[in-house]
Amino acid sequence: MRLLAQQLLLGILVGGLYGLAAAGLSLIFGVLRVLNVAHGELLMLGGYASFWLFALLGVDPFVSLLGVLPGLFLLGLCLYWLLFGFVVRAHEEVRIKNSLLIGFGLALALHALAVRLWTADERSITTAYAGEVMTVGGLKLPLVRLASLALALVLIVGLHFFLRRGRWGQAIRATAEDWEAALLMGIDVRRAYLLAFAIGTALAGAAGSLVSVGYSINPSIGLEWTLKALIVIVLAGMGSIVGTFFGGLVLGAAEALSAVVVGGPYREVVGLVIFFCVLVARPEGLFTSRGAFR
Amino acid sequence: MPGAALLHRPGASELRWAAVVLAAFGSLALLPLVVRRDDVLNFGVVFFLSVTLAQSWNLMAGYAGQVNLGHAAFFGLGALVTRALWIQGAPILPAMGVGAVVATVFGWLVGLPAFRLRGAYFAIGTLALAEILRITVGNSLPEISTLPAATIAGYSLTRRFYLTLVLAALAVATVAGTAASRVGLGMRAIREDEAAAEASGVGALRHKLLALSLSTLLAGLAGGAFAYYHISYYPQHPFGPQWTFDALLITFIGGAGTLHGPVLGALFYVFLKEYLAIRWVDLHLLIFGVLFVAIVLLLPGGLVEVFGRVRGRPRLTNP
Repeated sequence: MRLLAQQLLLGILVGGLYGLAAAGLSLIFGVLRVLNVAHGELLMLGGYASFWLFALLGVDPFVSLLGVLPGLFLLGLCLYWLLFGFVVRAHEEVRIKNSLLIGFGLALALHALAVRLWTADERSITTAYAGEVMTVGGLKLPLVRLASLALALVLIVGLHFFLRRGRWGQAIRATAEDWEAALLMGIDVRRAYLLAFAIGTALAGAAGSLVSVGYSINPSIGLEWTLKALIVIVLAGMGSIVGTFFGGLVLGAAEALSAVVVGGPYREVVGLVIFFCVLVARPEGLFTSRGAFR
Repeated sequence: MPGAALLHRPGASELRWAAVVLAAFGSLALLPLVVRRDDVLNFGVVFFLSVTLAQSWNLMAGYAGQVNLGHAAFFGLGALVTRALWIQGAPILPAMGVGAVVATVFGWLVGLPAFRLRGAYFAIGTLALAEILRITVGNSLPEISTLPAATIAGYSLTRRFYLTLVLAALAVATVAGTAASRVGLGMRAIREDEAAAEASGVGALRHKLLALSLSTLLAGLAGGAFAYYHISYYPQHPFGPQWTFDALLITFIGGAGTLHGPVLGALFYVFLKEYLAIRWVDLHLLIFGVLFVAIVLLLPGGLVEVFGRVRGRPRLTNP
């Protein structure tokens, strides 16, 4: 029982990062109708940024988030201008298919680039306080992972309020709901696209930073994280950033449970099987819900 | 393309190119008699395997318009079954046949539910499936698969060369035959507009399942040939996403929805890959990744389109 509770707790802790990764992808998909399968690779880049800031300059990984967020935001702007901005001109079905292909090529290139620059080694940030553990009721809580979950939650809540209250946040939501109507209301839809894409990329980078602290990164983690984000989106549905975050927690918990029940190596499989079944059971209803981000 | 049907019989271009490609393959059959270098023959095997895999993917994506990101699953299943049967003493050709049938049956099992998904959802659904298989195989068969010493002693590269050559020719002939048939016309109709095709009496599910069957059959055979060719590998290796990527890159770089595109693409891809791998490991993926993005954005018809433009021909395909 103790083991199960401990596993669940660790699952929920990593689930926060699933949620953060998924929130970025969901924002991009929901607003632009573009499926960026290189999302996991962008996350990987964020992780490396934090890793090198720590390894070379000794910047604390939680502090380096302040650099990674704007850095990846800028990268997002560039990627939109260079690649995805061309895709959004097409109508919806072509848009998704082309973005999928472009994201795929981008993922391949970023992966190869990371292997070339930083080798395929597994990297992880080990700070002075890395081993600190809090014990609550006999359960061990690694402090770094707890802090990561808290930070992820802060980012999610921040995004939620930005979308809710911010001038551009509202423009993004309006665009997600109906871009033609938004255009008629005088909203600069292209700029809303650009902003949503850059924010989504920044969130991926933040998730990567947190992954490199509590867990580890290597150039090949991209596909795995993209799939995790997709699973969460399928589980939680589109339309609510906070809901997506909780979807991440649920996936983390479900994986932890399945690790106990069917064995650790198969924990990845369980999420994917759920994903496939939900996709097939609700082929139309998942991504197409025209909900704004509430 | 409007008017295209008036200019050309559907599949006429494919049949003409199939004749050219098959004649080229026929002359390549003389290669082992002339050149006795292993590196040349190995290059040939890799090239023919790439052509087979790319054509099998092309049939689904280029003609029927279904982007299958889990193609490695079928390649892997073919390899897994063929290897198991062959090592236990079965002759290679029946073993490959069984492997291909298993891949196809699995294709039906997943195809029936997965074809409820359209476009991108089909793509990510199949991607998830291939990962499920890869992880499961990696966990249940963690040990490297090596041929018995007796088999290695009698290993003939020439035999692999001819086997993969015949396979590539079969793939080319299958795509050409399908493209020139009524069924191929139906597949292209679905690719262009599924709802309109359905409304015109083209059964989408039937056509998609047929494309999937042919595609998985060829991919399974290619996997079987891989299992016959490679002396030792991890059983999960043929399930890896890089096999899907290879097929996708080759098809798109060459020209999806054409017969000669994937053949040219494979030649270009394998040549560059081998050449670059000598100097810089993995750099080819960076180059191909960038090239691929550029092609999707700027040149959706692939390399073939460049030649077509130079010769001033109207574009027939629009994948």
